[in-house]
Amino acid sequence: MKYKGRNVYMVSGGVTKFAKATPTMDFRLRVKKAFDYALNDANLTLNDIDGSVASYFADHFQRQLMSGIMVQDYLGLTPKPSKRVEGGGATGGLAFQTGFEEIASGRMDTCAVYGFEGMSHVNTWKGNEFIALASDTNFDYPVGGFYTGYYAMMARRHMHEFGTTVEQLAKVSIKNHGNAIDNPYAQSPMKLTVEDVRNSPMVAAPLTRLDVCTMSDGAAVAILASEEKAFEITDNPVLVKSIGTGTDTMRLADRPFLKVPLLPNEKESDYSNLQYPGIHSFRAGRSAAKEAYEGAGITDPLEQIDVVELHDAYTSSEIQTYEDLGLCKYGEGGSFIDEGKSGLHGKVPVNPSGGLLACGHPVGATGIMQGVFMFWQLQRTISKHFGNSALQLPSPKTGLIHSHAGTGTYVTVSVMEATK
Amino acid sequence: MTLNPNAKMEETQNGTEVYSTDPLIVKSHYDIDYIHSYAQDSEFFMSLGKKKIMGSKCKKCGYVYGTPRSHCMMCGAETEWYQLPNKGKVHSYTTCFFGSEEFLPETPFHLILVEFEGANSLFMARLIGADADDIYVGMPVVAKFKRMQRFLPTDVYFVPAPEALEAGKQVNGK
Repeated sequence: MKYKGRNVYMVSGGVTKFAKATPTMDFRLRVKKAFDYALNDANLTLNDIDGSVASYFADHFQRQLMSGIMVQDYLGLTPKPSKRVEGGGATGGLAFQTGFEEIASGRMDTCAVYGFEGMSHVNTWKGNEFIALASDTNFDYPVGGFYTGYYAMMARRHMHEFGTTVEQLAKVSIKNHGNAIDNPYAQSPMKLTVEDVRNSPMVAAPLTRLDVCTMSDGAAVAILASEEKAFEITDNPVLVKSIGTGTDTMRLADRPFLKVPLLPNEKESDYSNLQYPGIHSFRAGRSAAKEAYEGAGITDPLEQIDVVELHDAYTSSEIQTYEDLGLCKYGEGGSFIDEGKSGLHGKVPVNPSGGLLACGHPVGATGIMQGVFMFWQLQRTISKHFGNSALQLPSPKTGLIHSHAGTGTYVTVSVMEATK
Repeated sequence: MTLNPNAKMEETQNGTEVYSTDPLIVKSHYDIDYIHSYAQDSEFFMSLGKKKIMGSKCKKCGYVYGTPRSHCMMCGAETEWYQLPNKGKVHSYTTCFFGSEEFLPETPFHLILVEFEGANSLFMARLIGADADDIYVGMPVVAKFKRMQRFLPTDVYFVPAPEALEAGKQVNGK
């Protein structure tokens, strides 16, 4: 077994309300608001923080290099150790795991992981151009230059391979936008029907405007601590039980056609005719889940995981991710949503916060936002932070957060566990 | 030696475009030309001018890539150039109605991933000459090449193969 290091706990968190544009605050002030919320919630001061990890994706949005140090400076964390972590859409998840490593290694006893993105500096279509620069700029950007286009091809192949329908995609949109109605931090809470989703403007067929997340300004902060420190700070910390990270080729075209890396609850005969991952599935997501499950002793994900916050930048990727995480078998993602298993009152609620589709996706903040919402969920303090308890699950013990980049190039899975 | 207490910075008349004053939001422009080398992938772009799509074949394990890469991701060995066929099949497709700012004027456009006989991986390209509703997985397509090379991967694009007409009628039940 791999050396797991010291136990790591999350002791506090903070999130700004995500919005299309918040020009009255720059990225430093947004992080400061989330950071102060987290400090205050756990009665911490600056002196209690040993170091930090900065999480942000694109230098292009702000045309400011080294934004990380500007936040470190503004928060008053200089001269303590810090570094920037970047990996596309998974930047937040990677930074959260880097914070985990800072504690697990014994280097720090407390670590503030702060994430932010200010996407309102440019218009939506220029923003899409910046994001598309996170595809191979020799071979992919000049041809498609549009992430929704890449995901549309993956969704189409998933539909071809497994019979997934656009109505099933729409149900993800309905669920997540609907959950967000009770989340005061969410950017786009909405009550929707299948017709609403299908009749909204087509972005890249089969994905409509309501199958796709939005651009946002926002920040999120997670404070992690060692076991001794965690229980000094709070009687209700949340254990970060294990982490897993997977990767895949930058170019979608380069994905191989191999065999499924099996989870303990699967057998080879389940997939005798499936060429994997091709473009229908995310091998990086499966690899990340496998590593995280091994670390957490999870052999039957559907039974052992109580709640999931996953990277639903597109409705199709939520369905694909059910399968990568082994919540159902490959090919069953469509029926998983049809049967309501991922609903708020389903077998394993997925994105009770509203996910990226409804909360927004200020890239560097997103994966950390998932950590904060999961932390509150497992602490059972949703009503305190949301001002209502509609989204609080009754007694969640084990939660999973999942952050995802590119066309599935970096994916992180972290398993969190309630202590109280 | 100059020490001039009356020195005055010269002012220009170009001004700044202001979008809002509360908070103050101004226009900030950025423009740059890169000196971009295609380096070890140069052959691919040069070959498009000779109507050839060059992929890569691993010298050691024989894996064939539908895209150029000079080292094999399966075994790490060096690859050699491998000429891909100028026809293939649609592995998946979409029609983009929106896009990055640079490509917005070209919308709607079709994107496809092409499967080539004899290659283990795919190739991303534009497809023209088909209505969105008429494209299907498995549709045979043929490569066409721009006469005026721009040294971009869009120097090659695809059109439906003649046999797609008959097959398409069957698939769409038309």
